Amino acid sequence: MARQKVNVDWPLVTAALILSLYGIAIVYSAGQTDIPIAGYIRNAWKQQLIWFLLGLGGAYAMSRASIRMLEWMAIPMYAFTTLLLVLLPFIGKGAGTAASVKSWLVIGGVRLGQPSELAKLTVVLMLGKILASSKDPPKSFVDLWKPALVVGVPWLLIMAQPDLGTGIVFVGIFFAMLFWSGISWRLLLLLASPVVSLILTVSTKLWGAWFLLLLALVIWYKPYLWEGVFLVAANVVMGVLAPILWERLEPYQQNRLRVFLDPSVDPRRSGYHVIQSQVAIGSGGWFGKGYTQGTQKRLAFLPEQHTDFIFSVLGEELGFLGVVVALMLFLTLFLRIIKISERANDSFSSLVAFGLLASWFVHVIVNVSMTLNLMPITGIPLPFFSYGGSFMLASWLAVGILVRVAHEGRGGKHGPFAI
Amino acid sequence: MSFHPNDVARRSRAAAWMSAGLIVFLVGAFFRTQILRNQQWVLQSEENRLREVPIAAPRGMIFDRKGKIIAENVVGYTVSVLAQSEDSLRSTLKRLSGTIQLTPPQQEQAVRRYRRAPTRPTAILNDASFDVVSVLEEHRVDFPSLIIMSAPKRFYPDGPAVLPFVGFVNEINETELSQPQFSGYKAGQIIGKQGLEKEYESVLHGREGSRFVEVDARGRIVREQGAQEKKPAQAGSLQTNIDLDLQLYMANVFADSLVGGAVAMDPNNGEVLALYSNPSYDPNKFIGGVSVAYYDSLRNNPKRPLYNKALQGLYPPGSTWKLATAVMGLEEGVATMDTHMPQACNGYYYFGNRAWHCWEKGGHGSLDLTGAIAKSCDVYFYQLGLKLGLSRLVAGGVQLGFAGKAGIDLPEEMKPRFPDKLQYFDEKYGPRNWSGGSMAMNISIGQGDNSQSILNMARFYTALATDGTAAKPEIVRRRPERTKLMTLTPKQLDDLRQAMAGVTQAGGTAASAALSGGVTLAGKTGTAQVYALTASKQCDHAWFVGFAPVEKPRIVVAVMLECGGHGYLAARVASAIIGKYLGVPTMLNIQTEG
Repeated sequence: MARQKVNVDWPLVTAALILSLYGIAIVYSAGQTDIPIAGYIRNAWKQQLIWFLLGLGGAYAMSRASIRMLEWMAIPMYAFTTLLLVLLPFIGKGAGTAASVKSWLVIGGVRLGQPSELAKLTVVLMLGKILASSKDPPKSFVDLWKPALVVGVPWLLIMAQPDLGTGIVFVGIFFAMLFWSGISWRLLLLLASPVVSLILTVSTKLWGAWFLLLLALVIWYKPYLWEGVFLVAANVVMGVLAPILWERLEPYQQNRLRVFLDPSVDPRRSGYHVIQSQVAIGSGGWFGKGYTQGTQKRLAFLPEQHTDFIFSVLGEELGFLGVVVALMLFLTLFLRIIKISERANDSFSSLVAFGLLASWFVHVIVNVSMTLNLMPITGIPLPFFSYGGSFMLASWLAVGILVRVAHEGRGGKHGPFAI
Repeated sequence: MSFHPNDVARRSRAAAWMSAGLIVFLVGAFFRTQILRNQQWVLQSEENRLREVPIAAPRGMIFDRKGKIIAENVVGYTVSVLAQSEDSLRSTLKRLSGTIQLTPPQQEQAVRRYRRAPTRPTAILNDASFDVVSVLEEHRVDFPSLIIMSAPKRFYPDGPAVLPFVGFVNEINETELSQPQFSGYKAGQIIGKQGLEKEYESVLHGREGSRFVEVDARGRIVREQGAQEKKPAQAGSLQTNIDLDLQLYMANVFADSLVGGAVAMDPNNGEVLALYSNPSYDPNKFIGGVSVAYYDSLRNNPKRPLYNKALQGLYPPGSTWKLATAVMGLEEGVATMDTHMPQACNGYYYFGNRAWHCWEKGGHGSLDLTGAIAKSCDVYFYQLGLKLGLSRLVAGGVQLGFAGKAGIDLPEEMKPRFPDKLQYFDEKYGPRNWSGGSMAMNISIGQGDNSQSILNMARFYTALATDGTAAKPEIVRRRPERTKLMTLTPKQLDDLRQAMAGVTQAGGTAASAALSGGVTLAGKTGTAQVYALTASKQCDHAWFVGFAPVEKPRIVVAVMLECGGHGYLAARVASAIIGKYLGVPTMLNIQTEG
C-alpha cells in the first residue's frame, strides 16, 4: 500500500489534544497534597503523559489503517477480546479500591491493562459490522438477536466481574448504535422498557404508571402478538425481579444506590465520597481555589481524586469557569464526531464513529453526574482526565479510527452544529 | 441500515441536540452547585479543614488594698489533642503514654473531656511542665493531632496564706455547665471554684480568643493558623480591702500548731483586712487539676484543711456572746453598768434544783456589769439572762444579727445556728414552757442552741466598736453598708468598751494579751466546751473577739482556736494581729506555753 497523506480532522484532534493536556494537568494537581500519599499518585501525571504519547503513536497507526481492514479485523478482534474476558476470572487481578473486581490482565506480574477497555472498541467494530451488513435497520425483536448477542456476551462477562460502570457503557453503545442504524424510535423505546421498568420499581406507583403507558404504546405500535406478549411479560418480570436482583447486589453496590437517593444516610462512609465531592465542587465558586490549591483535595477529604473524582478536583481548583471549559471541549468533541458519522463514506464507518461517540458520551455524562450526585457512584472514569493507561490508550486509538473515518468520508459544511 | 442522507441528517440533528442538551443540563447543575449554593459548600469546606482552637484568656488580677498581688497569671503549657473519635483519642493517649508520663486516671479524664466537648481540642495536660513540653516537641511528627500551647496559668504568690479568701480556679465541670449562670461557658474552660475567684467569676473571667488549625481528613494537623486569630481579652482586675502584710502575718501567727480561724475588719466601714483559716493548703496545686495524692492528704488530715474555719466553721460562741446579753440588758433597762445581781458569785448558782457552775470555781464575789464582763462571770450572766427571759434573748439575738449571715462577698459563708423564734425550741425539743428556764441561762452565756461563725462574731463586735452600727464585711472595695443593731447611748457603748478593756487589764481574763505602747486592747474571751470533730474528743475552743485602740477602734479581730484551751490563748493571737496592724508590739510571745 502506497503511502498516502491522511487528511487530519483538526477540530477533532485539537479538542482531544486539549482535553488530554488539560487532563494530565489535573492528574498532576491530584498528586499535590498536604499529606503523604502513595508515590504512584504523586507521579501519576508522568505515567499518564507516557500513555498519552503512546496513544498518539497508536492513533497515528490507526489512522493509517483503512476502514476496510478494520472491518475485516472486527471478527478476529472481537473473538480475541471475548476470549480474554472469558479467561479473566482465572487470570485476572483486582486493583486498588476495587481489589475484588478481577478486571486487570496481568502477565508475568505486569499489569497489561483492562480487557474491558479493548472490548469497548471491538464491540463497536463488531456491532457496526453486523448492523451495516443488513440493508434495512432491525424492524422487530427477532431482527435484533444478532446485535443483542454481539453486545450481550461481553456485557454479561463484564457484569459478572462485576463491573457495573462498564456494563452501563455497553448498554449505551448498544442503544446509540441501534438508533444510528435507523431503528424506529418506538422499537427502541419498547426495547428499553424493561430497563426502565427495573429502575422504576423503586416506587410502585411510578412503575404502575409506566406499565399503563407501555400497554398503550404496545397497542398503538401493534407489534407481532408474541412480541407484545413478550414485552409486557418482560416488564412484569423486571418488576418482580428487581427486589431479587437487589438482594444479589454486593453490599457496597446497594449502599451506593441508597446513598444516591440520600447521601446523608451514611455521611461517614458510603455517603462520604459524594458529599465531599460536592463540597469540593461547590466551594470552587466562579474561579476556583487556584490550580493545585484545592483544600478538599490537599487534605484528603476528596476520595479517588486522581481517577473517579478527578472532575471534582477540576471543579474545586478551577471553578465554574474551568468546568464550563472542560464540558465545552467535550461538547465540541461530541458534535464533531456526530458530524464525522454523518459524513462517513459507508454505513460501517458511520456506525463505528457513532459507537465511539456513544462510549465517550456515556463515560462523560455518568462520571460528571456522579460528582454532583446526579447519578449513583458507578466508578467509571472520565475520558482523557482520569488516571489510567489503558483507557488513555484506547481513547486515542479511537481518535485514530475517527480521523480515518473522517479522512475517508465526505467533506463539506452542513448539518446542525457545523464547526 | 437506513443510510439515506436525509435520514442520517435527521438522526444527526437529534444526536447533536441530545448531546448539547445534556451538556447544558450539566452546566446548569454545576452553576447551581458552584454559584448559587457556593456559600453553603464553602462553609462546609472550611468546617472540614479548620478546627477552632480556643485561646484561654488571662483572668483578672487580684490586688490587696495597697496594690500588692494576691492572684496573677504566669505562663503555663497545655497539651491537647484534636480527636476524630473516642477511639482515636484512646489510641493517641496510649501512644502518648509511651513518650510522657500519663497516668490511667489522667487518660480517663481526657476521655471524659472529649465526651463533653468533642469539637474542641481535648485537654490532656492542663499544666504541663517545660520538660514534658520539650519531650513532646521532639516527637511532634509522631503525634500529628497534638496541640501544645502556652496558656496563662493562675498563680497565687502567697498560696496557702491567701487561700481562705481567694479560693482557686479549675476546669468547669458537668454540673456547673448545666447551671444557668454558666450558660456562655464551654467545657474545658477555667472558672473560679471557691472564694473570690468564684464570687467574682463574672468580673475575673476574660473573653476567650481563638485561632484555627488546618487538619486533614483524618484530623491530623497540617498547619497552624489557617485563618485570622482572635485575640483573647483579659478581664478587669479586682481591688480588695485585704491588707496582704497583715494576712501573711496572720497566717504566720497560726503557724503549724494552731487550728482555727481569724478575721480582721475595719469596724468603721466593714473592710475585711484579713481572713484566715488554719491549716491552709496551696491553691497553686489545684491549678490544672489537683493530684490524687495531694487531695487525699488534705482530705485525710484530721485538722481538716479543706474546711474553712473562718467562714464555714460554726462554733458555740461561749463568753464572747455575753456582750450580746449585756447589750440586751442595757437596752431593756434591766441592768446598768453598775448593777449588781441579787446573788454574788461564789462559784455556782442554784437554779431548778441544780448547781450552775461559774468557770471560776472559787467565785468572783459580787460584781457589777463592768466587772462581770472583765472577769466573764457566768453567775452574773445567768441572773441577767433570767431577768431578760428566753423570749427577749431570742428576739434580741435575732436583732443583733446572730440568726443571719454577715453577708461577706464570699460564697463559703455559713448561716449561723441560732433560734430565730421561740417556737424553735418547741419544734426541736417538744412543746413546754421555755420562758425563764435553763435554756435562757445557757443562751445568756453563749451556750445552748447557738453556733456562730468567726466572721459573724467579728461583725457583731464592729457594732460594739463603733456607735452600735454593724458594718457588712466586704473583701472587695465598695461603698460601706452599715446596719444599726442596738439602741444604746454613746455613753453606754463607751462604758461597754471600757468594760471590755478591763479584759486585758490586770485581773481580766486576757490580761496576758495586752498591747504595749499605750494602746489599749478591748475585747472578750470565750472558752466553749465542745465535743470537737477535729480532735474526736471533748475539748475547749478558745475565742477572743476584740478591737483597738479602745478610744477609737480601727480594727476588730475575731480569733477562734479549735481545742485551743482557754480564751486568753486566742486573745494573744488576736493581740499579735492587732499589734501588727497598729504597729505596736504585744506584751508577750504569742506562742503558747504548752
